[in-house]
Amino acid sequence: MAELALDVRLERGSFALVVRETIALDGITALFGPSGSGKTTLLRIISGLETGAAGDVTFDGERWQRQGFRVPPHKRRVGYVFQDGRLFPHLTVAKNLVFGIGRRAERERPGIRFDDVVAALDLGPLLPRRPASLSGGEQQRVAIGRALLANPRLLLMDEPMSSLDVRRKAEILPYIERLPDAFGLPVLYVTHSVDEVARLASSVVLLRDGRVVGRGPVAEILERIDLWQIIGRLDAGTLVEAVVDETKEGMASLALGAQRLRVPLPGTPVGARLRLRIHARDVAIATERPHAISIRNVLEAEILAIDFDGPVHVELLLDVDGRHLRSRITREAFDELDLAVGQRVYALIKSVAFEDRGLGDG
Amino acid sequence: MDELELGPVWLSLKLASATVVALLVIATPLAWWLAFTRARWRTVVEAVAALPLVLPPTVLGFYLLILLAPNGPIGRWWVELTDSTLTFSFTGLVVASIVYSFPFAVQPLQAAFERIGRAPLEAAATLGASPLEAFFRVASPMALRGYVSAIVLVFAHTLGEFGVVLMVGGSIPGETRVVSIAIFEYVETLEYGQAHALSAGLLVFSFLVLLAVYVINRRMPFGAGYAVG
Repeated sequence: MAELALDVRLERGSFALVVRETIALDGITALFGPSGSGKTTLLRIISGLETGAAGDVTFDGERWQRQGFRVPPHKRRVGYVFQDGRLFPHLTVAKNLVFGIGRRAERERPGIRFDDVVAALDLGPLLPRRPASLSGGEQQRVAIGRALLANPRLLLMDEPMSSLDVRRKAEILPYIERLPDAFGLPVLYVTHSVDEVARLASSVVLLRDGRVVGRGPVAEILERIDLWQIIGRLDAGTLVEAVVDETKEGMASLALGAQRLRVPLPGTPVGARLRLRIHARDVAIATERPHAISIRNVLEAEILAIDFDGPVHVELLLDVDGRHLRSRITREAFDELDLAVGQRVYALIKSVAFEDRGLGDG
Repeated sequence: MDELELGPVWLSLKLASATVVALLVIATPLAWWLAFTRARWRTVVEAVAALPLVLPPTVLGFYLLILLAPNGPIGRWWVELTDSTLTFSFTGLVVASIVYSFPFAVQPLQAAFERIGRAPLEAAATLGASPLEAFFRVASPMALRGYVSAIVLVFAHTLGEFGVVLMVGGSIPGETRVVSIAIFEYVETLEYGQAHALSAGLLVFSFLVLLAVYVINRRMPFGAGYAVG
């Protein structure tokens, strides 16, 4: 597994980026944080495009930067997919794709083949066209293909979907998802979207105000109770992996410890492993098991932690047979129910979002 | 009326072509630097590069005459090097034309490079292209319109140059007697027929060149602007 060792500093006006971090690159690593936290700047430092940074950058044992020395970006073999695609407007899609080929073909690693990339990203019909005639999603697919064909050792993606609408995002996500497996290439993926992190990443580096404030496997990071402070409260939630153990009339039953989560999920086979995201705002709390209620999922849980979020809201971290859930309730409800750490409660789950990523048959 | 002399026409075309070639080589790096530098004295350099736009040709010609004369700082060096003078020679005219038409090459190129911006060059670098390769494979084709503008403006401006040529080159047939000088002399000697022929020729030629430029610009497959998103 390749390692990226960073010890870099950059000051720009009132903003300072200070990162000392060794990142083990395996699959897709998300560089995650709110706007202005320095994600893009860090990516530019890694690529060598940012020349104002001081410090050391080492990739896979190779020095890319140290005091008074910097390998220029064109010698680093780092692929970079920009937010805005940056296709060359004077070249056709085919010529954009092969821009980085040849120069790098002579080097040691067997190249990523043109036909494979065209097939994987479904670029065949686009080849003779010019970038100006492509949709945003198509442009990003070409940009990804172009970066791959330069045969990089590391692929950097800077919010590649931020300029796309929901439908285009859905169209391009599966392609990005397949990159590490299909091309054996580590990916560093910048985003401020929890959805993208949950869907794509295997691990996360959390960035805030130019500092790394957390790192770890994606599920662990996403259930951190202070995460809302970093990413904004509405998106916070937990990620749960579960196996479908029964399906009946469109409802799938997922094992969550000894308990069951029942969700409408027609056409899902028994044995499928799913990634679910349960937003904190969709989890309500009851101290007694409620009767006559439309909510299908009432799970027994224990309160692990309590976090007061301003004067109005409270966030709870819950343990459900070893899995973690988060609940966001009002201060008023919290006081009325007289909740405390260690207390047994019932978690009422209003809805579940599916990161429709098949994790293989479990 | 004497038969029309074509010597001045060929000389003008030769001078304009030589100036275009020389200026593309000289102006490209300067325009690039002006487009991308963050140096503070960039504006000073910009102002100096634009001076020939506003200076009367006689002022320009006067200083050039002093610099290029056999006892001037540049002229003396040239005499030592080549055993010939720069003033009243074709080479001297080329040098004078380069100065005189300088802004007409620098400004369209600088504008074109600024429109392209750093973004595509950064993309090229991450694809393994050295800065020089990025220039030739990305920046210069994207700046095609800027180059067409620069070539046409320099060419036309050099053809129409009169004051500077007169002061630096005089009117030596086959050496410095270009079309504009020839027309002036025909008028002075009241040979209106000859003056008409050369003037009309220059007029039609200039019109055709500009027309061609506009047509090419219209049909350019992509704008010089960089499509984002």
